[in-house]
Amino acid sequence: MHYTFALAGNQNSGKTTLFNQLTGSNQHVGNWPGVTVEQKTGTMLHHHHGKQTHLGLPVWRRSGHGVLRKETDLKETRVPEKYSDVTIVDLPGIYSLSPYSMEEIISRNYIVKTKPDLVINIVDATNLERNLYLTLQLLQLGRPVVVALNMMDEVRSHGDVIDLKAMEKALGVPVVAISARKGEGLDELVRRSMDVAEHRQLPGKLDICRGEAHKALHAVAHLVERNAMARDITPLYAATKLFEGDEPMIAELDLSEETRHIIEEILSSMEKEQGMERAAVMADTRYRFIEEMLTACVIRNPEGPDKLSDRIDGVLTHRVLAIPVFLVMMLLVFYITFGPFGSMVVDWFSGLVDGGIQVMGNALERWGVALWVRELVVKGVFTGVGSVLGFMPTILILFLLLSVLEDSGYMARAAFLMDRPLRKLGLNGRSFIPMMMGFGCSVPAIMSARSMGTQRDRRFTIMLTPFMSCGAKVPIYALFTAAFFPDHPVTVMTALYLMGILMSIAAGLLLKRYVFHGDASPFIMELPSYRLPTPRNVGRQIWEKAKDFIRRAFTVIFLATLVVWFLQSFTFNLTAAQSIGESMLGSIAGFLAPVFAPAGFGNVQASTAVLTGIMAKESVVSTLAVLSGAEVDSVEMLANLRSIFPSTLSAISFLLFVLLYMPCIAAFAAMRREMGSLRWAFWTVAGQTALAWVVATVVYQGGLLLGIG
Amino acid sequence: MTHENQQLRTLADLKPGERGIVAQVGGEGALHRHLLDMGITPGVSILLQKTAPMGDPLELHLRGYALTLRVDDARKIVLRGDDEDVEDPGYATPNAHPQGLPH
Repeated sequence: MHYTFALAGNQNSGKTTLFNQLTGSNQHVGNWPGVTVEQKTGTMLHHHHGKQTHLGLPVWRRSGHGVLRKETDLKETRVPEKYSDVTIVDLPGIYSLSPYSMEEIISRNYIVKTKPDLVINIVDATNLERNLYLTLQLLQLGRPVVVALNMMDEVRSHGDVIDLKAMEKALGVPVVAISARKGEGLDELVRRSMDVAEHRQLPGKLDICRGEAHKALHAVAHLVERNAMARDITPLYAATKLFEGDEPMIAELDLSEETRHIIEEILSSMEKEQGMERAAVMADTRYRFIEEMLTACVIRNPEGPDKLSDRIDGVLTHRVLAIPVFLVMMLLVFYITFGPFGSMVVDWFSGLVDGGIQVMGNALERWGVALWVRELVVKGVFTGVGSVLGFMPTILILFLLLSVLEDSGYMARAAFLMDRPLRKLGLNGRSFIPMMMGFGCSVPAIMSARSMGTQRDRRFTIMLTPFMSCGAKVPIYALFTAAFFPDHPVTVMTALYLMGILMSIAAGLLLKRYVFHGDASPFIMELPSYRLPTPRNVGRQIWEKAKDFIRRAFTVIFLATLVVWFLQSFTFNLTAAQSIGESMLGSIAGFLAPVFAPAGFGNVQASTAVLTGIMAKESVVSTLAVLSGAEVDSVEMLANLRSIFPSTLSAISFLLFVLLYMPCIAAFAAMRREMGSLRWAFWTVAGQTALAWVVATVVYQGGLLLGIG
Repeated sequence: MTHENQQLRTLADLKPGERGIVAQVGGEGALHRHLLDMGITPGVSILLQKTAPMGDPLELHLRGYALTLRVDDARKIVLRGDDEDVEDPGYATPNAHPQGLPH
């Protein structure tokens, strides 16, 4: 018997942790149909041979002979064999079921129309009042519900006590205490969930309204009963939505003019009587019910809120200290990622990759594979993909650090601090995180822009993210710094990064004026408690990112590498090219070179490098090396660079161009996906490239005028 | 109802450390609904914990959690005018279950 469970709850309620615990690695990430909202589904870890412990993981023990055997004699937690696979659908984190955001609409439609067998409502037990607001709405949707009170470990350590039975009685649904991060209570959650799903237990009738509101609600429910039932909607749910002025529901019910008029009368007179408008009445009613229920079910430790959390917060968001602390944090992140530690990891990993390529190359030779195929595979594909892969450690380290900051709750504070400055650009504090990630790699940064509330904010943020100079450009900067500014590495690097940030501000202001008029969506955000990130969660996120990166490397970049290899190995007559200069790539580059002349680098080598940089920014370095006939890390290379770029000024303008022009294809693909439109993505990269050219040209020409270089 | 908002106290008028009780929630459409959903309803007690370094946005504590809100939006939330010493509502009194909880 196949079941589908929906997982619903607030953001920051530990929903992701619970989802991971329940599904393990059996996850699939996609999108909800037609929208760029992430959808995760997974299979609940199911039993093997009818015996299992915590969520279906068999237990292995060493027998007397020292042999590992599967424990077959488990007496604990037996889940009956009739429970076969369960699909769990992770709904977006939401605070309510209003009609105003995509996430809320998706969630309510999924539950009401697709009718999962069960809704598991995860509730942050350290934050009951606001979490239960969603719960009350979920109970009206006509599907079985089980409430999972999460973070009970924190509740206990704080000394609070929750009467679960009383809560069950008050809500009319099972309430299970769990701690997702510790893995506590999950067996019971699964057991009771299966039970409720199997018996299709609907929530008990819950009447939360009093007085005039009560009368009005039921009067409206009665009026819309027929239309609602005909559309398979619970009358009470429909009436509640009408109470809230929910336009989609009004449209869906398709009521007669007369009925709508009567309903309006009822609601207006209730508003007058209550002294509040209708949506406020409904919200107020819910919160009153919750307050009363909590008074009866919860005993709080009179010592009050978490002192440690407040004290940490006192420093991190201190009026004076906050910004310095923030800058230190960010510098630390970059130092770890790009500094000695990061470089060491990259070198080690690149060594591995290069070694692997060598092995493959040798194997191919031994197997007598044709030379041109070997060339294609080793020099073309492997080296190309390998150079991108070699960059993976940097992304992962950066991502690890940013994940830790996010899971600990600090990122929310950073967004809080950044809201004011970002507002000047027409963005809000939330844009901060994607932009931060852009310093690592544009691709995950662009993807994290999903957390923005509106399409406009998302697109705007995505357009500015590539200005945050990504990690792949670091080798380029490093090489040029060594060749042209050997005594001032730090200054040059910092200057380049600052330039990127400055340009993003300029671009932001322009975009705000001419493209994204007006302000960003309101910045109303929960500040979650500070928590220690779980290694397991962070580990899983890194793993997901790594998988995603590798997948991209082996598809998009693989393809791109093939194309570039092809273009550089053959002439337009499709004969083998003796040198890159003869090849198609060389011809194209030669054709383009004059375009870069005003910017000071109008030679074939530079324009070839620029072209290959479209595939992956690391290619710029390798192309320049190949073209100049030197090994990348050699002294010869530096000298060759100086002959390709005769003046320091032309090197500077080239660097600026590389800093600003379009990002790699992988980023372009991500843009197209997240912006939802090829047109937007195209104009974004076209605009960036144009800007890059303008800046490079202005700097070069200006420099010439000033007599430098 | 008077429309002279200058004379009405709003959430934006609180000083860090001060509490207020909401009288009326303004804003329109999605914003209005979102404010309500996040627990800013008539009658709720809200504490202004602190502001960001430049005074905007605000960090509010209500219903046991922390919420950020811009000053512009805070101005849309009118407070009850005459509550001087608003107390922390707290939750259950220790006497809710004198015999301890049933098992």
